[in-house]
Amino acid sequence: MPQTRRGRNGIRGIAAAGLALVIAATACTGAGEVDESGGADLDVAPGVTEDSVVIGAHHPLTGPAAPGYLAVSQGAAAVFEYVNAQGGVNGREIDYRAEDDAYDPSTTIDVTRELVIDDEIFAMMGGLGTPTHSGVIDYLNDEGVPDVFPSSGALAWNNTEEHPLTYGWQTDYTKEAKVQGEYIAENFSGESVGYLYQNDDVGEDSQAGLDQYLAEDVVAREHYESEVSDLSSQMAELDRAGADVVVCSCIPSFTALGMLEAARIGYDPQWVVSSIGGDTVTLQGLLEEFTQDTDVEGTPADAFLEDTLITSYMPRVEDEDDEWAQFFVAIYDEYGEGDQVTNTHAFGMTQAVMFAQVLMSAGEDLTRQALIDALEGQEWQGPGHVPFSSSDGDHGGHEGVYVVQYQGDSEIEMVQDPRVTDREGGAIEEPEGFDRLLPEEMEFHD
Amino acid sequence: MSTTTGQRADRPTGAASTPPQSPDSRRRALPLPARNLLAAAAGLAVVTALLMVTGDLTALRLAAVGYTFLAIAGLQLLVGGSGQVSLGHGAFMMIGAYSMALLVMRLPMLPLATNLLIVIAVSVIAGIAVGAATARLHGPYLAGATLILAVGLPGIAHRYHDLFGGSNGLNIRMAGAPPFLDGFVSTSEWQALVVWFTVLLGLALLATVSAGRLGRRMRAIRDDETAAAMAGIPVGRTKVVAFVVASAAGGLAGGLQAYVLGTVTPSTFSLVLSLTLIAALVLGGIASLWGALWAAFAVVYLEIWASELAETLNLGSDVQNNLPLVLFGVVLILVLRFWPLGVQGALQTLRARMRRS
Repeated sequence: MPQTRRGRNGIRGIAAAGLALVIAATACTGAGEVDESGGADLDVAPGVTEDSVVIGAHHPLTGPAAPGYLAVSQGAAAVFEYVNAQGGVNGREIDYRAEDDAYDPSTTIDVTRELVIDDEIFAMMGGLGTPTHSGVIDYLNDEGVPDVFPSSGALAWNNTEEHPLTYGWQTDYTKEAKVQGEYIAENFSGESVGYLYQNDDVGEDSQAGLDQYLAEDVVAREHYESEVSDLSSQMAELDRAGADVVVCSCIPSFTALGMLEAARIGYDPQWVVSSIGGDTVTLQGLLEEFTQDTDVEGTPADAFLEDTLITSYMPRVEDEDDEWAQFFVAIYDEYGEGDQVTNTHAFGMTQAVMFAQVLMSAGEDLTRQALIDALEGQEWQGPGHVPFSSSDGDHGGHEGVYVVQYQGDSEIEMVQDPRVTDREGGAIEEPEGFDRLLPEEMEFHD
Repeated sequence: MSTTTGQRADRPTGAASTPPQSPDSRRRALPLPARNLLAAAAGLAVVTALLMVTGDLTALRLAAVGYTFLAIAGLQLLVGGSGQVSLGHGAFMMIGAYSMALLVMRLPMLPLATNLLIVIAVSVIAGIAVGAATARLHGPYLAGATLILAVGLPGIAHRYHDLFGGSNGLNIRMAGAPPFLDGFVSTSEWQALVVWFTVLLGLALLATVSAGRLGRRMRAIRDDETAAAMAGIPVGRTKVVAFVVASAAGGLAGGLQAYVLGTVTPSTFSLVLSLTLIAALVLGGIASLWGALWAAFAVVYLEIWASELAETLNLGSDVQNNLPLVLFGVVLILVLRFWPLGVQGALQTLRARMRRS
């Protein structure tokens, strides 16, 4: 049939065209070979006017991750409103734009471009999440947008060679785990230890730290996937292995789930929880929610939480003696969303104070280079409880943690003062000459 | 009848850019693949023009429309063409995306076109494996079997944490525009062009296949399998081939997605993606490759508009969470209620009415 012949010719034509394309393309360079061009021009100030400066962030405002992390951007927004009410920073109001990425990496890429291209942000402040932020870190650095304080403890943020404009925030998971490991080795010597961890960089990096002190005492290593909200087999295994201490490198919902599941099978270990999953106010809410319509409905959340050891580096809202914590509670009462202030709010609030402080010290002639110079050129004194590194090739952010024990009734006791360390095999030390400024002493607004 | 609409709709892509009154007879003088390629070239010209007048953000979204278009077009050939319902199309996108990411990470010296060809080869192999295993299944049973793929495959990324990066996925960094185009096109625009070039080439091929013997056989099987078998059509083989073509399109789309976004995570390729693809195809018009284009626009832009709407209205977080889904659902129901053949069906009715008057 003529039509068939025509079809055959066509297919041959397409094949030829395809082949030509292949030959043309193979002449090009490799798809993964990126030539490192010189950095972007930093002597610019997009988003900055006489009386305002636009900064952006990506946060999960909707979707499954929103209940846990919505509070971060709410806290930051409250502080910026307070700062603006005091007259701003160097005469400029802070225009904080937190865009919703629903914790979906492809959406993060879209909203980040929207922020950089349409909103012309001056800097990115506190972009939240490891998988989400990983997708935009190259873009931000290529475009010359300062990528300040991503809200995650991944080690990847502290890489000044590849990402010179990224400045980490959280005490990274390995440093935190080293302090936890040493504390357990000293205070629970001889007892069996079990790890419960999230099966991504959180778990991997945490174990790298814990194992430096606890490798001999570990009897079980159990992981969970954040998509599967069931810990019954993990807790049963930890119980069977006889772990007296359980180190939970988990996000809040899995800390709560683990505690509930342990109580259900009559297993009562000493819990040691990382800062990411150790916000007692959030945990109380989660425990209440999870016990609803079960046999243990009405059991006070504190029954599960009491005696839990938590590592922390920022001010904690449970701490009534901490000036910064009280300052945050007061600000949130006035400028917040009207809900109860949690340590997750305090996370965003500490970030916002820190950022305003950097902006202040960058001076009136604000450019991106001035912001970077300010970050690199100072020894920061709080609001965090530990020294903060943002210079000399170390963009690691907070350098260590302190340990608190939850006493019930929303009270905590500091059981170990701040300790700092590195992410490798270095020693754990008490910070030297670190003096925290009080809220009224710090210059972070006009 | 749906058969006739199916054939009518197999007109080459990009034909909208040629004047509607163009003399059909002269065009018919060219062989169909050549016409399809010409139409693809015209389509690429339209996209290039669009990129020239818009910015980087639109370039990113246009690229997203591009690879989604290709994925849904493959699905159209499978579902609308051969009548096999696949709920696991997102899984093939995942295979393509992870292949691309691993190729770039492990073999950075390979050029992009080679990577894309390898991605197609991998997806074809996966398509043969799945297609052969499911060729005897019909209707809901096939849907169920492919559903398993969509649910199960992301789990593999968790299981083999070291290779696939677990829930954080893989991040790749790709070469941008070639140096001689420096300052002329931005990286995003270059990526969008690469995506659309590949997509339109793929679509020209799909349109040719769909209008040719294979397409005819597929439609015969779709309408009556027994009658098709009696007419001498190898039913099983044709169904597997349709499945393989669809999975190759899906895999290539996934590879392009990885190329544009530079990041692949298992959560991107959840069951929701597979269901969205097929729901969007029904919305756009299941009977035609054109339907896939409207579907791709719907997938990319409905969600952006819905979340922007929710933001401007300052609705509560519960509403904001669900508004994009609700909007998509309502639009889908309304379109199907009034135009059962989707947006493309509506456009055809409109054109027919205009021609009559």
